[in-house]
Amino acid sequence: MQRIGVFVCWCGSNIAATVDVKAVAEALKSEPGVVFSTDYQYMCSQAGQDLIKEAIKEHKLTGLVICSCSPRMHENTFRKVAADSGINPYMVEIANIREQCSWVHKDKAIGTEKAIILARAAVAKVHLNTPLTPGESEVTKRALVIGGGIAGIQTALDIADAGYKVDIVETKPTIGGKMAQLDKTFPTLDCAACILTPKMVEVAQNENVRIFSYSEVTEVGGFVGNFTVKIKKKARYVKEDVCTGCGLCTEKCPMKKVPNDFNLGMNNKGAIYIPFAQAVPKVATIDPNYCNMLKNGKCGLCAKVCTAGAIDYTQKDEIIEEKYGAIVAATGYNPISLDKFDEFAYNQSKDVITSLEFERLTNAAGPTNGVLLRPSDLKHPKTIVFVQCVGSRCSADASKGKEYCSKICCMYTAKHAMLTRDKYPDTDVYVFYIDVRTPGKNFDEFYRRAVEEYGVHYIKGMVGKVIPEGDKLIVQGSDLLDNKQLKIEADLVVLAAAIEPDKSARNLATMLTASMDTNDFFTEAHPKLRPVESPTAGIFLSGTCQGPKDIPETVSQAGAAASKVIGLLAKDKLKGNPCVAHSDELMCNGCSSCERVCPYKAITYVDKEFRMPDRTTKVRRVAFVNEAVCQGCGACTVACPSGAMDLKGFKSKQIMAEVDAICK
Amino acid sequence: MDKLKEQILRTSGVNTLKCMRCGKCSGTCPSYDEMEYHPHQFVYMVEKGEIEPLMKSKSLYKCLSCFACVERCPRNVEPAKIVEAVRLMVIRQQGENHLTANDIPDLLDEDMPQQAIVSAFRKYSK
Amino acid sequence: MQVNEFKPKIVAFCCNWCSYAGADLAGNNRLNYPDNVKIIRVPCSCRVNPMFILRAFQRGADGVILCGCHPGDCHYTSGNYYTRRRMALLFSMLEYLGIEKERTRVEWVSAAEGAKFSATMNEFCEQVAALGENKRLEDLRCKQ
Repeated sequence: MQRIGVFVCWCGSNIAATVDVKAVAEALKSEPGVVFSTDYQYMCSQAGQDLIKEAIKEHKLTGLVICSCSPRMHENTFRKVAADSGINPYMVEIANIREQCSWVHKDKAIGTEKAIILARAAVAKVHLNTPLTPGESEVTKRALVIGGGIAGIQTALDIADAGYKVDIVETKPTIGGKMAQLDKTFPTLDCAACILTPKMVEVAQNENVRIFSYSEVTEVGGFVGNFTVKIKKKARYVKEDVCTGCGLCTEKCPMKKVPNDFNLGMNNKGAIYIPFAQAVPKVATIDPNYCNMLKNGKCGLCAKVCTAGAIDYTQKDEIIEEKYGAIVAATGYNPISLDKFDEFAYNQSKDVITSLEFERLTNAAGPTNGVLLRPSDLKHPKTIVFVQCVGSRCSADASKGKEYCSKICCMYTAKHAMLTRDKYPDTDVYVFYIDVRTPGKNFDEFYRRAVEEYGVHYIKGMVGKVIPEGDKLIVQGSDLLDNKQLKIEADLVVLAAAIEPDKSARNLATMLTASMDTNDFFTEAHPKLRPVESPTAGIFLSGTCQGPKDIPETVSQAGAAASKVIGLLAKDKLKGNPCVAHSDELMCNGCSSCERVCPYKAITYVDKEFRMPDRTTKVRRVAFVNEAVCQGCGACTVACPSGAMDLKGFKSKQIMAEVDAICK
Repeated sequence: MDKLKEQILRTSGVNTLKCMRCGKCSGTCPSYDEMEYHPHQFVYMVEKGEIEPLMKSKSLYKCLSCFACVERCPRNVEPAKIVEAVRLMVIRQQGENHLTANDIPDLLDEDMPQQAIVSAFRKYSK
Repeated sequence: MQVNEFKPKIVAFCCNWCSYAGADLAGNNRLNYPDNVKIIRVPCSCRVNPMFILRAFQRGADGVILCGCHPGDCHYTSGNYYTRRRMALLFSMLEYLGIEKERTRVEWVSAAEGAKFSATMNEFCEQVAALGENKRLEDLRCKQ
């Protein structure tokens, strides 16, 4: 039999005004098992806590019922009081007589009656409480960062700087991501490569960081602190540790007609290639779809010219298995496909390009070596029209596009327009905008400079269609402020295409059991207070995989995610939530119902030997709950047909005791 | 809400509040230069309840009903349906100024052919 | 208040993350609802075993309401979907046993919806009160 103490709090007049606290304390004295009952003005105050501690000692209490405010307020306070006095903290139950009683009822008699019933329900539950100890699990002191763009690089660097091991997995042959493709960065106009490539080198040289380039995550198992991840290293047909990155093979490769994806297909590369000069790792990769040697067994020129002997046509995909304590998703974004937007003639004319393609056209390492030439005839464009919000801000019931604002387009369009006017003052630049959104440090000033100093023509309106006519593009759009329809003869049209999460993210989210929104952006644990954590423990978010972001925001989020990872890896053991599911092996019939409903894959089945009454043994298949993974929702307890599954802290018996007490 | 506006919203099935005022409808309209009020103005003016100027405007009959604005509107507002609804409103109101059968004898003219009387009767006695 | 007015006994199961917090918010904002509603805290609405509801009716409850997070907002990602399906089955079975559908309800109340919580409770109490006492499933041995 438990020895229960009941402590009724006045909460000043918050409770005492509508509940006769003395009467409640008195009424509870006659409950079975209650050996002590009292009231006090502020139970949560130091004096109140001391009162509880003394009562525990004096009356040898084994369970506590605190009649006070919501358990969401002070459950932890009172659990700590219990723990300090040598009682298991989970032997405390709170009867919520403030939020759910005194504050919602006006009549004192009614309030008192309800408070007594609530207290009785709590007493009934405490009778069945058992001491609970949170499970502990080891933490693997290594983090995995999925994605090697600026978000992934920064996260990995920050984690590595704190002294922990980090692995970066990147699907492309080089890290660097989208930022490596950019020319200049707004609003300061420093060159993207100048600020990114030192970071790429730094991360490659950091002894705590390993980079798996040209690799993919194929399987994720385990739980916070103990993830097991399978990484597929795709065959690049070049020995990574032997290749010196001299680039001789890429020059000699006779296959010259491979679209260069780094330049968004605006020029060609060889079948063996190094994406760009500052690639990390600077190692050649053979594209098996184009290489003659791999396709037909004829050629082998690269192997002949390679002085290091790095070419290996027999290389196979390799699977690596590694353990991690934390995983950071940093999978980034891509511009959307413009196939559905045929009014802009993107697929009809080479001179209608996306902003990312414009970035490559102006980049010194791009297909035109940084000279602004239009793709069709390599002439200087004299009139350029930029169109904003292409595919962003579309309504959910529209046939195409994304509902959200892509956030970065206003600024990069201003940047493109400004840089064009700066380098080529004889060019006319028009920008069609719906709104110019510049909420960032020095952003609006930047946009105003484009208009006031560089003479970019901003037109409030939208382009309705683009008609290729001869070597011109007729851009038909509205000027809402002038109430006119404009027809501009342009040489180049640049579309600020909406951005969307990388396609690999959906698959990854399933592997990580991390949730996503309808747009396939990862959801954060709390939109305001936990913006870099996924609701799944041990999974963190960095960069645009969580929502559209510019570079400064991405970097700060990357740092935030890293600090959360460091906080996790710094722990030797993780304490779990003790209120987890538990299966009674003797009752379990091995039906797998619980396994199927568990949203966390916390339940597995194991074969276990049981002693039978006739002294023989029998092997039965029974459910096993991994307490470190179980979050304690209780879905399995209801699914279990044999009643073997129960939830600690919220056992069926406990809840039914509460039901009984309330209905009495 | 204004009765005219309510009627237009009901017959067109358009929610004018969805418009983000980008002007793509007017950017795309092939009869823009013929029109006094342009597609985006139709949406905006209906939203503000300024229906009468629209009903009097010739723009109503310049709209080709090509539905390019409907096809390209990023917010799926369907401006052409608004134009159509205003047009319908004008037609309906005109339909109301018919004659009753009792009014006809006073208007009869001795020279009027019998056939004209019968057809007028048919036309106005709906 | 009338002396002989029938006050139904109502058991409300609230999930810890949304609805229990919603009930707390109703308290914070002093939004009244009948005192005959007694709340039991569960981690998730999917923890509520049909057994608990049967037990409540057996012990003389006149109505049972389940509150959880809105669909898609479940703290445990999918718990409330299980609740929705299970309770649809249970309630139609209960109806077959003579417990009117109006005595049972599943409602989604978020942590921000204190007003909805109190409005729901007021309305549900009225609805159950109109039906009168629950006699079909009550275990007479439990009567004092």
